[in-house]
Amino acid sequence: MLKLVVCIKQVPMVSELPWDPKTGNLQRDLAEGMMNPACRSALDAALRIKEAVGGEITAITMGPPMAEEVLREAIALGADRGVLLTDRKMAGADTSVTSHVLARAIEKNCPGFDLVLCGLATSDSETAQVGPQLAEELDIPGVTYVDELEIRDRTVRMQRIADYFLETLEMDLPGLVTVMAGRHAPRYVPLGGLQAAFAEADIVSLDAAAIGIDPERIGAKGSATKILNVFSPTEGKENIVLTGAPKRIVEQLFERFDDRIGSALGRDLKTDKRSS
Amino acid sequence: MTAKRRQIWVFGDYRNYFQNRVTLQLLSRATDLARKIDAEVCAVVFGDKVDEWVGEYIAHGAEKIYRTDHPRLAAYGVETYTLLMERLVKREKPEIVLVGATAFGREFAPRLAKRLVTGLTADCIGLDINGEGLLVQMAPSFGGNLVAEIVTPERRPQMATVRPGTFQEIPHDYARTGEVVDVPMPRDLPADRVRLVQSERCPQRDQKLEDAKVVVCGGRGLGSKKKFAKLFELAELLGGEVGATRPAVYADWADHNALVGQAGKQIRPQILFCFGISGAIQFTAACNGAKFVIAVNKNPNAAMMKRADVAIVADASQFCAALIQEFKKRFRS
Ligand SMILES: Cc1cc2nc3c(=O)[nH]c(=O)nc-3n(C[C@H](O)[C@H](O)[C@H](O)COP(=O)(O)OP(=O)(O)OC[C@H]3O[C@@H](n4cnc5c(N)ncnc54)[C@H](O)[C@@H]3O)c2cc1C
Ligand SMILES: Nc1ncnc2c1ncn2[C@@H]1O[C@H](COP(=O)(O)O)[C@@H](O)[C@H]1O
Repeated sequence: MLKLVVCIKQVPMVSELPWDPKTGNLQRDLAEGMMNPACRSALDAALRIKEAVGGEITAITMGPPMAEEVLREAIALGADRGVLLTDRKMAGADTSVTSHVLARAIEKNCPGFDLVLCGLATSDSETAQVGPQLAEELDIPGVTYVDELEIRDRTVRMQRIADYFLETLEMDLPGLVTVMAGRHAPRYVPLGGLQAAFAEADIVSLDAAAIGIDPERIGAKGSATKILNVFSPTEGKENIVLTGAPKRIVEQLFERFDDRIGSALGRDLKTDKRSS
Repeated sequence: MTAKRRQIWVFGDYRNYFQNRVTLQLLSRATDLARKIDAEVCAVVFGDKVDEWVGEYIAHGAEKIYRTDHPRLAAYGVETYTLLMERLVKREKPEIVLVGATAFGREFAPRLAKRLVTGLTADCIGLDINGEGLLVQMAPSFGGNLVAEIVTPERRPQMATVRPGTFQEIPHDYARTGEVVDVPMPRDLPADRVRLVQSERCPQRDQKLEDAKVVVCGGRGLGSKKKFAKLFELAELLGGEVGATRPAVYADWADHNALVGQAGKQIRPQILFCFGISGAIQFTAACNGAKFVIAVNKNPNAAMMKRADVAIVADASQFCAALIQEFKKRFRS
């Protein structure tokens, strides 16, 4: 039977969150969580494989304890079990650390896995890096931007659009794919799904020690990148306000900004005052 | 013996060359950065018969090219490319490695960074060198609402993928010369675990709005199809394209192709006009790359007005008419 692993991240539901000016990290605790849309597509792809050829699906997430919600949701939709990786020390992890933690947990909890499915990117950090880096950590091949996939024998055949090319690729198993968001119709929780998710859900919770990873390598401490500063792109803009009659504003606009507008348009806007 | 000069590398991503100018844009930026840390600008080119690209990169600013030319590199294969690059980086130890945030780049760079045990910032919209000589990698986060400035303090190389269109390429100069270093194809390449079965060029997507230097956007505040139509006149005058918010598209003032935003297109013009647009996040997230923003709104407190370089409190269509007049006058003179 195929062993499928789906990596799911819980992301904040809102699009604007306050951030901590000291650490530069977003205050995720202030928002409601939801399953990242691309992870939902990855789960959907795994469920289709299970429906077509059979298989066992493990949903895995790293996050705060409340991230367990996405595992229950995955189980309600048809995943067989969930693995929650939660540890305060993991907070602030960059993609390299996240993929390291996920890889060690997959090796430990899903030995002999066949296919790992990730979302292409998350809606909160949007790096699209965790998938490829997880493939590196597990030393398996990987294909990103996948739209459609099909497993035959020990090979995955898939289609994707990348850089204006429609590609058909084949990958040996074990392997990893990252799946594009929004490709599949929404799924509804099947009868009995909710019961499975809440009454008898098979969910294990592991911390760093249980996965057996070096505490020096996880969380913000193990990250090679450091956030210096977070700002709103509008900060530092001058934000000049012009009011009055339209004709008068147009005059002011050109008085003050004919250089900027002219260079943006690639033409000289200066009028010869004497001749006009 | 003189110490080896520091190097900034740009990965040569030439697939779909005429739409994908990101390598040339990166060479241009690398040239600016190199001045600040006294480094040499290099490009890395892998492929089958790559002379054309080698020439192009030198003409666009590369001082040195690392080249591996071999039939097996004809198709972009992430595993082989990663292995070649890993070995080359370990041998030459560049200070900085820049990769275009194309689909290939975003698959390749994370794997490379992992192997090199270094950091990588995704999809940057700005790069600079700070007082300590570190590469400052500016990356959008939260749907483009915020920008994070990220550095890689200790690990080397410092790596970033950069969104196409972020920088402006420098004009080519075919008289320039550069050094070409041939890197032999390794003999011990493992068999590819991913195989390209078929690849065909997609039907050309209409990219006009995404690539436009001038975009004139309109929203519900214009009030009617007739008033919205004025924007086409302005855009034509300025050699730009028209974009629209969702309500404007729903009202059929503009075609669905003109939709800008989360559900539509991402734009990054040199100059963006916003007429009667409130500035909802689903819209603004798609135009953070705009260099100079002029917003026109009756309501000075609209979010769009707060994020504009110039916020004009006026009736959108009246102002548009006055602006058209003024441009006509200036273009005539
Ligand atoms: C999942 C989702 C996806 C979405 N995707 C997109 C998307 O891709 N693109 C998009 O645009 N929207 C999108 N939206 C909708 C978005 O949230 C906003 O509703 C929309 O952008 C608002 O458009 P608007 O600014 O034209 O209209 P409004 O918000 O109604 O703003 C009109 C503005 O015009 C001003 N105004 C009124 N009269 C005048 C006048 N005479 N002169 C000058 N100003 C005037 C008003 O003060 C106001 O600020 C999405 C929403 C959701 C939930
Ligand atoms: N904390 C996490 N837990 C589980 N999976 C994750 C986590 N972070 C990222 N992923 C996976 O990696 C994909 C890409 O994430 P990102 O690189 O953050 O854009 C997501 O869609 C998930 O499948």
